Amino acid sequence: MRLPDKTATMEAAIAAIPDGATIMLGGFGVPGTPFCLIRELVRQGQKDLTIIKNDANETGMGVDWLLEAGQVARLIASHIGLNSRAVRMMNAGEIEVEFAAQGILAERIRCAGSGLLGFVTDIGLGTRMARGKTEVTVEGRTGLLETALFADFALVHADRADHFGNLCYAAAARNFNPLIAMAARRTIAEVETVLPLGALAPEEVHTPGPFVDQVIALPELPEVYGVVQR
Amino acid sequence: MSSSARTRMLRRAAAEIRPGMVVNLGIGLPTQVLAHVPANLPVCLHSENGIAGVGPVREGAAADRNLIDAGGAYVSTVPGASFCDSATSFAIVRGGRLDLTLLGAFEVAGNGDLANWIIPGQFTPGAGGAIELAQKARRVCVLTTHADKSGRSKIRKRCELPLTAPACVDRIVTDLAVCDVTAEGLVLTELADGVSVAQVLAATDADLIVPEGAIPTF
Repeated sequence: MRLPDKTATMEAAIAAIPDGATIMLGGFGVPGTPFCLIRELVRQGQKDLTIIKNDANETGMGVDWLLEAGQVARLIASHIGLNSRAVRMMNAGEIEVEFAAQGILAERIRCAGSGLLGFVTDIGLGTRMARGKTEVTVEGRTGLLETALFADFALVHADRADHFGNLCYAAAARNFNPLIAMAARRTIAEVETVLPLGALAPEEVHTPGPFVDQVIALPELPEVYGVVQR
Repeated sequence: MSSSARTRMLRRAAAEIRPGMVVNLGIGLPTQVLAHVPANLPVCLHSENGIAGVGPVREGAAADRNLIDAGGAYVSTVPGASFCDSATSFAIVRGGRLDLTLLGAFEVAGNGDLANWIIPGQFTPGAGGAIELAQKARRVCVLTTHADKSGRSKIRKRCELPLTAPACVDRIVTDLAVCDVTAEGLVLTELADGVSVAQVLAATDADLIVPEGAIPTF
């Protein structure tokens, strides 16, 4: 038996995304952000998107390209402080922003990827983060109901992969990538180095291939992936 | 604040980090504590973006494009470090594996309430990992100047800003003093060298319990 080949072209993979889609993006700051897939999304121009990402990148890169092009209706994130455009658009009512505590955002995504409806946590009790959430009592303790966060598409950046979509991440570029890879109806991975089947040892795979639908080999890495000069 | 007062405060905060601990240093002043931690201290530094075993900052050509800490600084790892995803990283925090966090503050109250993530109408970036760190680290130490830039005390009877977490702070280290949150109230436990009890009382909005006898200095 041979594992299926999921390699695809970037243009075709992104073309499947319709207007109004909910899209999860990997990355915490620069590491792990799928800049090439985002750039293609900007080129194709899908509108009215809901973007789910830990942060809004910095001004001039990644999520900021989508914001600048007016493609984002809604953003779900834990922190957008490094992108002044995102903060300004939020305050001006040009985009809707929902904040979640960082680990709760991660867990809501993980929950969706695990086929669960939600979970109960005491994080945020007694703060404004609890507003609008349902209180639940579990074995005498009060918590908040946090719902699973699903997406139509997940755009992932991986360091290495094989044709079947087994993924490995570099260093701190892992962050939200393995979680979002599990939580979307279709997961598209851009990969720095695509290897033949068998080249990745089973023990070193971070995201198993069944979670991944399409593998896009990056021809070269644009400068935006490099060290940010401040 | 003079540079010697600042150094004294950072050095005092560094003494909170004990051998064997897993520690998370918040963005801002807490990050600067690192320079005062002995290089050979056996301690594991955690970063929210999925690092256990953060090492010294790397600059220029030594920076690894895939290796930043949660504050965005390019860092290194120490031998034995590991990477994990963001859900696992916060499982370390919420699951009780984080022994200590040092956090900055806009306001901290005598009952241990902490406000450090939002100033409505002015500063609304989102909480990041602050809520979980404040609520779930086994020990929370706030490191802050005693007063803000306009001279207003940050050590309040009650926080006026939205809370990061209620009743979460164990200890406050400032440029003037160390104060502990106890069942009886906020207790003055140490004074910065050359600072009097009267000075601390005048600079503190919260009710402060001053123990009898000599108060140690740092």
